Amino acid sequence: MSEVRVLVGTRKGAFVLSSDAKRAQWDVSGPHFAGWEIYHLKGSPAEPNRLYASQSSSWFGQLIQRSDDGGKSWEPVGNQFAYDGATGTHQWYDGTPHPWEFARVWHLEPSPTDPDTVYAGVEDAALFRSGDAGRTWQELPGLRCHGSGSAWQPGAGGMCLHTILFDPTDSARIFIAISSAGAFRSDDAGKTWRPINRGLRSEQIPNPTAEVGHCVHRIAMHPARPHVLFMQKHWDVMRSDDAGESWREVSGNLPSDFGFPIDVHAHEPDTIYVVPIKSDSEHYPPDGKLRVYRSRSGGNEWEALTKGLPQRDCYVNVLRDAMAVDSLDACGVYFGTTGGQVYASADAGDSWAPIVRDLPPVLSVEVQTLP
Amino acid sequence: MIRVALPAHLRTLSHVTGEVQLEVPAPVTQRAVLDALEARYPMLKGTIRDHVTQRRRPFVRFFACREDVSHEPPDAPLPDAVATGSEPFVVLGAMAGG
Repeated sequence: MSEVRVLVGTRKGAFVLSSDAKRAQWDVSGPHFAGWEIYHLKGSPAEPNRLYASQSSSWFGQLIQRSDDGGKSWEPVGNQFAYDGATGTHQWYDGTPHPWEFARVWHLEPSPTDPDTVYAGVEDAALFRSGDAGRTWQELPGLRCHGSGSAWQPGAGGMCLHTILFDPTDSARIFIAISSAGAFRSDDAGKTWRPINRGLRSEQIPNPTAEVGHCVHRIAMHPARPHVLFMQKHWDVMRSDDAGESWREVSGNLPSDFGFPIDVHAHEPDTIYVVPIKSDSEHYPPDGKLRVYRSRSGGNEWEALTKGLPQRDCYVNVLRDAMAVDSLDACGVYFGTTGGQVYASADAGDSWAPIVRDLPPVLSVEVQTLP
Repeated sequence: MIRVALPAHLRTLSHVTGEVQLEVPAPVTQRAVLDALEARYPMLKGTIRDHVTQRRRPFVRFFACREDVSHEPPDAPLPDAVATGSEPFVVLGAMAGG
Protein backbone atom coordinates (compact mmCIF):
# COMPACT_ATOMS: atom_id res chain seq x y z
CA MET A 1 0.00 0.00 0.00
CA SER A 2 1.30 3.45 -0.86
CA GLU A 3 2.46 5.90 1.75
CA VAL A 4 2.68 9.65 1.79
CA ARG A 5 5.49 11.63 3.38
CA VAL A 6 5.05 15.37 3.85
CA LEU A 7 8.25 17.35 4.39
CA VAL A 8 7.67 20.59 6.25
CA GLY A 9 10.23 23.38 6.68
CA THR A 10 9.53 25.94 9.40
CA ARG A 11 11.12 28.93 11.08
CA LYS A 12 12.33 26.70 13.90
CA GLY A 13 13.03 23.28 12.42
CA ALA A 14 11.87 20.58 10.02
CA PHE A 15 9.04 18.09 10.46
CA VAL A 16 8.28 14.87 8.62
CA LEU A 17 4.60 13.86 8.53
CA SER A 18 3.74 10.32 7.41
CA SER A 19 0.53 8.53 6.56
CA ASP A 20 -0.80 5.60 4.61
CA ALA A 21 -2.74 6.20 1.40
CA LYS A 22 -5.94 6.97 3.29
CA ARG A 23 -4.26 10.13 4.54
CA ALA A 24 -6.41 10.17 7.66
CA GLN A 25 -3.94 9.32 10.44
CA TRP A 26 -0.57 11.04 10.55
CA ASP A 27 2.66 10.38 12.38
CA VAL A 28 4.64 13.53 13.15
CA SER A 29 8.43 13.43 13.44
CA GLY A 30 10.45 16.45 14.53
CA PRO A 31 11.59 19.02 15.08
CA HIS A 32 14.71 18.15 13.16
CA PHE A 33 17.39 20.87 13.38
CA ALA A 34 15.44 22.48 16.21
CA GLY A 35 15.79 26.22 16.38
CA TRP A 36 17.11 26.64 12.83
CA GLU A 37 15.25 28.04 9.86
CA ILE A 38 14.49 25.31 7.35
CA TYR A 39 13.61 27.15 4.18
CA HIS A 40 13.14 23.97 2.17
CA LEU A 41 13.62 20.24 2.15
CA LYS A 42 12.89 17.90 -0.71
CA GLY A 43 13.37 14.26 -1.68
CA SER A 44 15.03 12.85 -4.76
CA PRO A 45 12.52 11.51 -7.29
CA ALA A 46 15.15 8.93 -8.29
CA GLU A 47 15.76 7.71 -4.72
CA PRO A 48 12.95 8.83 -2.40
CA ASN A 49 14.83 8.12 0.82
CA ARG A 50 17.50 10.62 -0.26
CA LEU A 51 16.42 13.98 1.16
CA TYR A 52 18.16 17.34 1.06
CA ALA A 53 17.43 20.14 3.53
CA SER A 54 18.43 23.79 3.65
CA GLN A 55 19.23 24.75 7.25
CA SER A 56 20.18 28.31 8.13
CA SER A 57 20.30 30.90 10.85
CA SER A 58 21.25 34.54 11.13
CA TRP A 59 23.90 33.54 13.66
CA PHE A 60 25.57 30.52 12.10
CA GLY A 61 24.84 30.84 8.39
CA GLN A 62 23.97 28.15 5.91
CA LEU A 63 24.14 24.37 6.23
CA ILE A 64 22.93 21.67 3.89
CA GLN A 65 21.77 18.41 5.43
CA ARG A 66 21.31 15.11 3.62
CA SER A 67 19.37 12.04 4.68
CA ASP A 68 19.58 8.60 3.12
CA ASP A 69 16.83 7.03 5.20
CA GLY A 70 13.84 9.23 4.55
CA GLY A 71 14.60 11.75 7.25
CA LYS A 72 15.31 9.46 10.20
CA SER A 73 18.96 10.53 10.31
CA TRP A 74 20.83 13.41 8.72
CA GLU A 75 24.38 14.33 7.84
CA PRO A 76 25.71 17.84 7.19
CA VAL A 77 27.28 18.08 3.74
CA GLY A 78 28.88 20.96 1.85
CA ASN A 79 27.85 24.49 2.72
CA GLN A 80 30.22 26.61 0.66
CA PHE A 81 28.33 28.60 -1.97
CA ALA A 82 30.94 30.74 -3.70
CA TYR A 83 29.89 32.82 -6.68
CA ASP A 84 31.88 31.98 -9.79
CA GLY A 85 34.23 34.80 -10.75
CA ALA A 86 33.64 38.50 -10.26
CA THR A 87 30.39 38.94 -8.39
CA GLY A 88 29.50 42.38 -9.68
CA THR A 89 26.53 44.32 -8.40
CA HIS A 90 22.76 44.29 -8.58
CA GLN A 91 20.47 47.14 -7.59
CA TRP A 92 19.70 47.70 -3.93
CA TYR A 93 16.23 48.73 -2.71
CA ASP A 94 17.11 52.39 -3.28
CA GLY A 95 18.41 51.77 -6.79
CA THR A 96 22.10 52.03 -5.91
CA PRO A 97 24.55 49.29 -6.93
CA HIS A 98 24.98 46.58 -4.29
CA PRO A 99 27.48 43.73 -4.40
CA TRP A 100 26.14 40.21 -4.73
CA GLU A 101 26.25 38.58 -1.26
CA PHE A 102 25.27 35.02 -0.44
CA ALA A 103 22.61 34.91 2.28
CA ARG A 104 20.88 31.50 2.19
CA VAL A 105 19.51 28.65 0.11
CA TRP A 106 15.81 29.15 -0.53
CA HIS A 107 15.05 26.09 -2.62
CA LEU A 108 16.62 22.69 -3.31
CA GLU A 109 15.60 20.80 -6.43
CA PRO A 110 16.98 17.27 -6.75
CA SER A 111 17.53 15.91 -10.25
CA PRO A 112 14.66 13.79 -11.53
CA THR A 113 17.09 11.03 -12.55
CA ASP A 114 20.24 11.16 -10.40
CA PRO A 115 20.01 11.18 -6.60
CA ASP A 116 23.50 12.68 -6.30
CA THR A 117 22.65 15.71 -8.42
CA VAL A 118 20.78 18.57 -6.81
CA TYR A 119 20.28 22.24 -7.66
CA ALA A 120 20.08 25.10 -5.15
CA GLY A 121 18.38 28.45 -5.65
CA VAL A 122 19.99 31.03 -3.41
CA GLU A 123 19.78 34.63 -2.17
CA ASP A 124 21.37 36.81 -3.59
CA ALA A 125 19.92 35.23 -6.69
CA ALA A 126 22.01 32.54 -8.31
CA LEU A 127 21.71 28.90 -9.27
CA PHE A 128 24.13 26.31 -7.89
CA ARG A 129 24.52 22.63 -8.71
CA SER A 130 26.04 19.72 -6.85
CA GLY A 131 26.91 16.49 -8.62
CA ASP A 132 28.28 14.74 -5.55
CA ALA A 133 25.27 14.53 -3.26
CA GLY A 134 25.75 17.98 -1.78
CA ARG A 135 29.42 17.72 -0.82
CA THR A 136 30.49 20.50 -3.19
CA TRP A 137 28.54 23.19 -5.02
CA GLN A 138 29.32 25.02 -8.24
CA GLU A 139 27.48 28.05 -9.53
CA LEU A 140 25.95 28.07 -13.01
CA PRO A 141 27.11 31.65 -13.58
CA GLY A 142 25.40 32.18 -16.91
CA LEU A 143 22.26 33.20 -15.05
CA ARG A 144 23.72 35.77 -12.67
CA CYS A 145 25.98 37.07 -15.41
CA HIS A 146 23.09 37.45 -17.82
CA GLY A 147 23.27 40.99 -19.17
CA SER A 148 20.33 42.13 -17.07
CA GLY A 149 21.81 41.06 -13.72
CA SER A 150 23.02 44.51 -12.76
CA ALA A 151 19.40 45.74 -13.00
CA TRP A 152 17.85 43.09 -10.72
CA GLN A 153 16.44 44.27 -7.41
CA PRO A 154 15.45 42.33 -4.29
CA GLY A 155 11.85 41.83 -3.25
CA ALA A 156 10.86 42.47 0.35
CA GLY A 157 12.11 39.04 1.38
CA GLY A 158 15.45 39.38 -0.36
CA MET A 159 16.64 38.72 -3.90
CA CYS A 160 15.89 35.02 -3.91
CA LEU A 161 15.90 32.35 -6.58
CA HIS A 162 12.92 30.33 -5.36
CA THR A 163 11.64 28.21 -8.25
CA ILE A 164 13.51 25.57 -10.27
CA LEU A 165 11.59 23.45 -12.79
CA PHE A 166 12.97 20.78 -15.10
CA ASP A 167 11.31 19.89 -18.39
CA PRO A 168 10.85 16.10 -18.21
CA THR A 169 10.87 15.85 -22.02
CA ASP A 170 14.05 17.89 -22.54
CA SER A 171 16.89 17.45 -20.07
CA ALA A 172 18.56 20.65 -21.28
CA ARG A 173 15.59 22.89 -20.46
CA ILE A 174 15.36 24.52 -17.01
CA PHE A 175 13.00 27.23 -15.79
CA ILE A 176 13.79 29.40 -12.77
CA ALA A 177 12.20 32.40 -11.11
CA ILE A 178 13.64 35.21 -9.02
CA SER A 179 11.99 37.83 -6.81
CA SER A 180 12.04 40.35 -8.19
CA ALA A 181 13.83 39.84 -11.48
CA GLY A 182 11.30 37.53 -13.12
CA ALA A 183 11.34 34.18 -14.90
CA PHE A 184 14.23 32.83 -16.96
CA ARG A 185 14.75 29.78 -19.17
CA SER A 186 17.81 27.85 -20.20
CA ASP A 187 17.77 25.48 -23.17
CA ASP A 188 21.35 24.28 -22.70
CA ALA A 189 21.30 22.77 -19.19
CA GLY A 190 21.99 26.06 -17.44
CA LYS A 191 24.88 27.46 -19.45
CA THR A 192 22.97 30.39 -20.92
CA TRP A 193 19.69 31.99 -19.94
CA ARG A 194 17.17 34.44 -21.23
CA PRO A 195 14.28 36.25 -19.55
CA ILE A 196 10.79 34.91 -20.32
CA ASN A 197 8.59 37.70 -19.04
CA ARG A 198 6.71 38.89 -22.14
CA GLY A 199 3.09 39.53 -21.22
CA LEU A 200 3.77 40.22 -17.55
CA ARG A 201 2.65 43.63 -16.38
CA SER A 202 3.83 45.12 -13.07
CA GLU A 203 2.61 48.60 -12.21
CA GLN A 204 5.14 48.81 -9.36
CA ILE A 205 8.13 49.21 -11.70
CA PRO A 206 8.96 52.21 -13.91
CA ASN A 207 8.29 50.31 -17.13
CA PRO A 208 5.41 47.93 -16.32
CA THR A 209 6.27 45.65 -19.24
CA ALA A 210 10.05 45.64 -18.80
CA GLU A 211 12.06 42.60 -19.82
CA VAL A 212 13.10 42.03 -16.18
CA GLY A 213 12.06 43.38 -12.79
CA HIS A 214 8.84 41.43 -12.24
CA CYS A 215 8.20 39.95 -8.82
CA VAL A 216 7.35 36.38 -9.75
CA HIS A 217 6.25 34.49 -6.65
CA ARG A 218 5.99 30.97 -8.01
CA ILE A 219 5.74 28.95 -11.22
CA ALA A 220 4.16 25.50 -11.56
CA MET A 221 4.11 22.94 -14.35
CA HIS A 222 2.44 19.59 -14.96
CA PRO A 223 5.09 17.09 -16.08
CA ALA A 224 2.87 15.74 -18.86
CA ARG A 225 2.59 19.19 -20.43
CA PRO A 226 5.85 21.03 -19.76
CA HIS A 227 5.24 23.83 -22.27
CA VAL A 228 2.30 25.03 -20.16
CA LEU A 229 3.36 27.09 -17.15
CA PHE A 230 1.25 28.68 -14.43
CA MET A 231 2.53 31.65 -12.45
CA GLN A 232 1.48 33.41 -9.28
CA LYS A 233 2.97 36.87 -9.60
CA HIS A 234 3.11 39.59 -6.93
CA TRP A 235 -0.26 40.54 -8.38
CA ASP A 236 -1.87 38.49 -11.18
CA VAL A 237 -2.15 34.79 -11.89
CA MET A 238 -0.63 34.10 -15.31
CA ARG A 239 -0.43 31.28 -17.82
CA SER A 240 1.95 30.49 -20.66
CA ASP A 241 1.22 27.93 -23.37
CA ASP A 242 4.58 28.28 -25.09
CA ALA A 243 7.18 27.49 -22.42
CA GLY A 244 7.28 31.06 -21.19
CA GLU A 245 7.63 32.84 -24.54
CA SER A 246 4.47 34.76 -23.70
CA TRP A 247 2.08 35.02 -20.77
CA ARG A 248 -1.58 35.94 -20.38
CA GLU A 249 -3.53 36.72 -17.26
CA VAL A 250 -5.94 34.06 -15.94
CA SER A 251 -6.90 35.68 -12.63
CA GLY A 252 -10.55 35.66 -13.69
CA ASN A 253 -12.98 35.72 -10.78
CA LEU A 254 -10.46 35.37 -7.94
CA PRO A 255 -11.28 37.61 -4.95
CA SER A 256 -7.66 38.78 -5.04
CA ASP A 257 -4.98 37.87 -7.52
CA PHE A 258 -2.19 38.51 -5.02
CA GLY A 259 -0.71 35.39 -3.45
CA PHE A 260 2.34 33.22 -3.21
CA PRO A 261 1.94 29.50 -4.06
CA ILE A 262 0.46 27.90 -7.14
CA ASP A 263 0.32 24.20 -7.94
CA VAL A 264 -1.13 21.74 -10.44
CA HIS A 265 -3.24 18.62 -9.81
CA ALA A 266 -1.17 15.45 -10.26
CA HIS A 267 -3.48 13.89 -12.87
CA GLU A 268 -5.37 16.83 -14.39
CA PRO A 269 -2.98 19.29 -16.10
CA ASP A 270 -5.66 21.97 -16.28
CA THR A 271 -6.61 21.82 -12.61
CA ILE A 272 -4.64 24.40 -10.62
CA TYR A 273 -4.69 25.76 -7.09
CA VAL A 274 -3.89 29.15 -5.56
CA VAL A 275 -4.45 30.77 -2.16
CA PRO A 276 -5.57 34.39 -2.64
CA ILE A 277 -4.09 36.89 -0.21
CA LYS A 278 -5.65 40.30 0.36
CA SER A 279 -2.79 42.54 -0.80
CA ASP A 280 0.93 43.12 -0.87
CA SER A 281 0.78 44.91 2.47
CA GLU A 282 -1.96 42.78 4.05
CA HIS A 283 -0.57 39.27 3.90
CA TYR A 284 -3.67 37.39 5.00
CA PRO A 285 -6.75 35.97 3.30
CA PRO A 286 -9.52 38.35 2.19
CA ASP A 287 -12.33 38.71 4.76
CA GLY A 288 -10.47 36.52 7.30
CA LYS A 289 -11.54 33.41 5.34
CA LEU A 290 -8.87 30.88 4.41
CA ARG A 291 -9.87 29.69 0.95
CA VAL A 292 -7.98 27.67 -1.61
CA TYR A 293 -9.19 28.46 -5.12
CA ARG A 294 -9.28 25.75 -7.77
CA SER A 295 -9.62 26.17 -11.48
CA ARG A 296 -10.44 23.13 -13.59
CA SER A 297 -9.99 25.05 -16.81
CA GLY A 298 -6.39 26.19 -16.45
CA GLY A 299 -7.41 29.56 -15.07
CA ASN A 300 -10.04 32.30 -15.40
CA GLU A 301 -12.87 30.29 -13.80
CA TRP A 302 -12.16 29.64 -10.13
CA GLU A 303 -14.12 27.99 -7.32
CA ALA A 304 -13.56 28.55 -3.61
CA LEU A 305 -12.64 25.46 -1.57
CA THR A 306 -13.64 26.07 2.02
CA LYS A 307 -14.79 22.82 3.61
CA GLY A 308 -12.67 22.24 6.70
CA LEU A 309 -10.79 25.54 6.43
CA PRO A 310 -11.38 28.41 8.89
CA GLN A 311 -13.97 30.81 7.50
CA ARG A 312 -13.70 33.54 10.09
CA ASP A 313 -10.97 35.44 11.93
CA CYS A 314 -8.17 33.80 9.99
CA TYR A 315 -5.16 36.02 9.28
CA VAL A 316 -2.37 33.66 8.29
CA ASN A 317 -0.31 33.67 5.11
CA VAL A 318 0.70 30.78 2.85
CA LEU A 319 4.23 31.23 1.52
CA ARG A 320 5.44 30.46 -1.99
CA ASP A 321 7.02 27.06 -1.30
CA ALA A 322 4.32 25.91 1.11
CA MET A 323 1.96 24.02 -1.21
CA ALA A 324 2.36 20.60 -2.82
CA VAL A 325 0.38 17.69 -4.24
CA ASP A 326 0.75 13.93 -3.97
CA SER A 327 0.23 11.54 -6.88
CA LEU A 328 -2.38 9.26 -5.37
CA ASP A 329 -5.85 8.90 -6.81
CA ALA A 330 -7.63 11.04 -5.67
CA CYS A 331 -4.90 13.64 -5.74
CA GLY A 332 -3.90 14.96 -2.32
CA VAL A 333 -3.26 18.67 -1.86
CA TYR A 334 -1.29 20.12 1.05
CA PHE A 335 -0.36 23.57 2.28
CA GLY A 336 1.20 25.13 5.36
CA THR A 337 0.54 28.49 6.95
CA THR A 338 2.49 31.11 8.83
CA GLY A 339 0.26 30.19 11.78
CA GLY A 340 1.81 26.72 11.93
CA GLN A 341 -1.02 24.68 10.45
CA VAL A 342 -0.49 22.11 7.71
CA TYR A 343 -3.77 21.37 5.94
CA ALA A 344 -4.33 18.30 3.79
CA SER A 345 -7.04 17.36 1.35
CA ALA A 346 -7.32 13.73 0.25
CA ASP A 347 -9.97 14.59 -2.35
CA ALA A 348 -8.29 17.11 -4.63
CA GLY A 349 -9.35 20.05 -2.50
CA ASP A 350 -13.04 19.30 -1.91
CA SER A 351 -12.46 18.99 1.85
CA TRP A 352 -9.60 19.79 4.19
CA ALA A 353 -8.34 18.90 7.63
CA PRO A 354 -5.26 19.99 9.56
CA ILE A 355 -2.54 17.36 9.91
CA VAL A 356 -0.88 19.53 12.54
CA ARG A 357 -1.94 22.94 13.74
CA ASP A 358 0.68 24.31 16.10
CA LEU A 359 4.03 24.19 14.32
CA PRO A 360 6.30 27.22 13.99
CA PRO A 361 5.53 29.37 10.92
CA VAL A 362 5.64 27.09 7.87
CA LEU A 363 8.09 28.05 5.14
CA SER A 364 7.80 25.07 2.81
CA VAL A 365 5.78 21.92 2.17
CA GLU A 366 6.81 19.08 -0.12
CA VAL A 367 5.12 15.72 -0.60
CA GLN A 368 6.49 12.33 -1.52
CA THR A 369 4.22 9.51 -2.68
CA LEU A 370 5.99 6.29 -1.76
CA PRO A 371 5.24 2.85 -3.19
CA MET B 1 45.25 21.85 26.04
CA ILE B 2 42.93 24.62 24.89
CA ARG B 3 39.33 24.58 26.08
CA VAL B 4 36.60 25.85 23.71
CA ALA B 5 33.00 26.45 24.77
CA LEU B 6 30.54 26.31 21.87
CA PRO B 7 26.95 27.58 21.76
CA ALA B 8 24.23 24.95 22.00
CA HIS B 9 23.37 24.87 18.29
CA LEU B 10 26.98 24.24 17.31
CA ARG B 11 27.40 21.57 20.01
CA THR B 12 24.37 19.81 18.53
CA LEU B 13 25.74 20.15 15.01
CA SER B 14 29.13 18.74 15.97
CA HIS B 15 27.72 16.10 18.36
CA VAL B 16 29.68 17.58 21.26
CA THR B 17 28.64 17.60 24.89
CA GLY B 18 30.41 20.04 27.18
CA GLU B 19 33.59 21.83 26.23
CA VAL B 20 35.90 20.86 23.39
CA GLN B 21 39.56 20.29 24.20
CA LEU B 22 42.11 20.96 21.45
CA GLU B 23 45.85 20.76 20.98
CA VAL B 24 46.85 24.13 19.54
CA PRO B 25 50.50 24.94 18.82
CA ALA B 26 51.84 28.28 20.07
CA PRO B 27 51.20 31.08 19.53
CA VAL B 28 47.60 30.52 20.58
CA THR B 29 45.48 32.96 18.60
CA GLN B 30 41.83 33.12 17.52
CA ARG B 31 42.83 31.89 14.08
CA ALA B 32 44.87 28.98 15.45
CA VAL B 33 42.05 27.90 17.77
CA LEU B 34 39.42 28.09 15.05
CA ASP B 35 41.67 26.29 12.56
CA ALA B 36 42.10 23.44 15.04
CA LEU B 37 38.40 23.43 15.88
CA GLU B 38 37.35 23.21 12.21
CA ALA B 39 39.95 20.53 11.51
CA ARG B 40 38.43 18.36 14.26
CA TYR B 41 34.83 19.24 13.39
CA PRO B 42 34.60 20.04 9.66
CA MET B 43 30.84 20.56 9.88
CA LEU B 44 31.57 23.81 11.74
CA LYS B 45 33.23 25.37 8.69
CA GLY B 46 31.27 28.41 7.65
CA THR B 47 29.23 28.59 10.85
CA ILE B 48 31.64 30.69 12.94
CA ARG B 49 33.56 32.50 10.22
CA ASP B 50 33.12 32.97 6.51
CA HIS B 51 34.54 30.22 4.30
CA VAL B 52 36.47 32.58 2.07
CA THR B 53 37.20 35.77 3.98
CA GLN B 54 37.65 33.94 7.30
CA ARG B 55 35.92 36.89 8.97
CA ARG B 56 33.82 36.22 12.07
CA ARG B 57 30.14 35.98 11.25
CA PRO B 58 28.44 39.18 12.45
CA PHE B 59 26.25 37.54 15.12
CA VAL B 60 29.03 35.39 16.56
CA ARG B 61 31.13 36.74 19.44
CA PHE B 62 34.35 35.53 21.06
CA PHE B 63 34.95 35.87 24.80
CA ALA B 64 38.11 35.15 26.76
CA CYS B 65 38.61 35.73 30.49
CA ARG B 66 35.28 37.57 30.62
CA GLU B 67 36.41 40.01 27.96
CA ASP B 68 34.86 40.42 24.53
CA VAL B 69 37.76 39.74 22.16
CA SER B 70 35.59 39.63 19.03
CA HIS B 71 37.26 42.67 17.56
CA GLU B 72 40.84 41.66 18.35
CA PRO B 73 42.94 40.79 15.29
CA PRO B 74 42.66 37.07 14.50
CA ASP B 75 46.42 36.62 14.82
CA ALA B 76 46.76 38.41 18.17
CA PRO B 77 47.76 36.09 21.02
CA LEU B 78 44.89 35.09 23.30
CA PRO B 79 45.32 35.61 27.07
CA ASP B 80 47.70 33.25 28.86
CA ALA B 81 44.80 31.82 30.86
CA VAL B 82 43.26 30.59 27.59
CA ALA B 83 46.59 29.42 26.20
CA THR B 84 47.23 27.35 29.33
CA GLY B 85 43.70 25.96 29.46
CA SER B 86 42.71 27.50 32.77
CA GLU B 87 40.01 29.56 31.02
CA PRO B 88 37.94 28.56 27.97
CA PHE B 89 37.78 30.36 24.66
CA VAL B 90 34.07 31.06 24.40
CA VAL B 91 32.19 31.12 21.08
CA LEU B 92 28.84 32.77 21.61
CA GLY B 93 25.75 33.50 19.56
CA ALA B 94 24.98 37.19 20.02
CA MET B 95 21.90 38.05 22.04
CA ALA B 96 19.63 39.17 19.21
CA GLY B 97 15.98 38.40 18.60
CA GLY B 98 14.45 35.22 17.24
